[in-house]
Amino acid sequence: MILAVCLKRVPDTNARPAIGSDGRSINPQGIDYVINPYDEYALEEALKIKEKAGAGEVVGVCVDPDGNESMLRKALAMGVDRGILVKGGSTFDGAVNAEILAGVLKPLGATIILFGKQAVDSDSSQVPTIVAERLGLPRANVVVKMELQGNRVTCRRQIEGAEEVVDMPTPCVVSAQKGLNEPRYASLKGIMAAKKKPIETKDAPAVEARIEVLKMEPPPPRPAGRIVGKGKEAAAELVRLLRDEAKVL
Amino acid sequence: MSHSILVFVEQREGKVRKAGLEAVSEAARLGEATAVLVGSGVGSLAADAGRAGAKKVFVADDPRFKLYSPEGYARAVALALQKSGAKSLFMAATAMGKDLAPAVAALTESGVAADCTGLSLEGDRLVARRPVYAGKMYIQVGFKKGPAICTLRPNVFALSKDGGASPAVEDLKLTIADGDLRSLVKEIVATAGGKVELTEASIIVTAGRGLGSPEAFKLRDDLAAVLGAAVGASRAVVDNGWRPHSEQVGQTGKTVSPNLYIAIAVSGAIQHLAGMSSSKVIVAINKDPDAPIFKVATYGIVGDAFEVVPALTEEFRKVLHH
Repeated sequence: MILAVCLKRVPDTNARPAIGSDGRSINPQGIDYVINPYDEYALEEALKIKEKAGAGEVVGVCVDPDGNESMLRKALAMGVDRGILVKGGSTFDGAVNAEILAGVLKPLGATIILFGKQAVDSDSSQVPTIVAERLGLPRANVVVKMELQGNRVTCRRQIEGAEEVVDMPTPCVVSAQKGLNEPRYASLKGIMAAKKKPIETKDAPAVEARIEVLKMEPPPPRPAGRIVGKGKEAAAELVRLLRDEAKVL
Repeated sequence: MSHSILVFVEQREGKVRKAGLEAVSEAARLGEATAVLVGSGVGSLAADAGRAGAKKVFVADDPRFKLYSPEGYARAVALALQKSGAKSLFMAATAMGKDLAPAVAALTESGVAADCTGLSLEGDRLVARRPVYAGKMYIQVGFKKGPAICTLRPNVFALSKDGGASPAVEDLKLTIADGDLRSLVKEIVATAGGKVELTEASIIVTAGRGLGSPEAFKLRDDLAAVLGAAVGASRAVVDNGWRPHSEQVGQTGKTVSPNLYIAIAVSGAIQHLAGMSSSKVIVAINKDPDAPIFKVATYGIVGDAFEVVPALTEEFRKVLHH
């Protein structure tokens, strides 16, 4: 049984990005990069499924425009068996990354392909679904609980105020939501072992762009606010302002 | 000729979602709006789409579509897109919309702009404005291939009710084999007990670690109950296990744009501010006058949440329920 986990290298959530010189992307200077936080839940789940089955191989796949292997090394240190690094792809055009991934994943023949439910840079939530459709596989996105039994996977998928219970056959695509599990930390032994694990590197094929970023802008400025007062005495004035000035009540 | 836009109008249990009608309203403002309804016994909902501005409504009615079908709904919408010849496809950026839009994009080889907060036409070309990095930046997106597919952030686009209640209705006549529907939604299990959903709420009351204990969240819940608001929590609160992740607002939680956002004892880490600073009015209550949350707040009260919040709850009760 092969379990594939797709990983994206993204700015840390504490980063304060600035617009780069091209006006269409952020300046990478001074930004700390991490494995996309949601991908860590996917990774942990793959490792747990392998451990429970007592057999199998977990393969990490990373499409990165810079061909940076550091996220895959971290994943190998957490327990992933081998990595595939594809140099190329796009930060914001998820359809391009999905096409590239579909090409890499197809010959792998994974039982379950796992993703994070969205990357915290592009926030598009589209790659898992497009990969599933491209490979002709069923999918469940935003999963908070999953179980593999025989050749079927049952998932709880988070929706507004509820969860959908999704049942599907393998092979399939699952994208992970926070809450699915607690991702492990890499042990010192794992970090040492990761240095010897293989990473296969290849260049991405040319893929036709679906979208173009015309311009990047800072968020709209907020009008200056004010301190209404101190302590509970300010409560009545605040309610008056919300009703009469801001008119939101 | 005006820009033709197909809008998927989401329904659950025979009720259309307001965010779907917001998408119809925006489509009618930009061009000619056609709607598509997918479900079981949903034809009567065409009138709702009509009032929001749809001139025509496609209906895909199938008993297998009573609950969401990831593969089935995508094929129905792709067929409607083909039949309508629309240049763009809109839908709400809900759990369903975020799952469906990329599937339609894959079937039609087109691109998606997710969670859009602004849409405009340059000639006949659609340009979408959308947040990235959870709202720390925005990008303007143009489309290179296929119909332009956009999911629209709930609560951002104004709802129109001026359209006619009798749009033209056409049965999609979708034929789909059982074998093509492999991902099956068996049931829906409620988790939030009928409470207001964060991403669609017009008022949100969020509390942070500054409250000190899980028990203290009663303060937040009492205030929210008086306002009919949804409740949120900061990442620190969720990571401490005090509240479930479904309540988390911020970069690894939900990005929200309510009319009124009240932050209680939330310091305002960048990943939290990113997720809520597009709210129309922000109220911050914090005992630290230098807390970053005050930088984005419309109104602030410096003070102890345990004194200020009960007083505020009482004031709201007087004003709203007298």
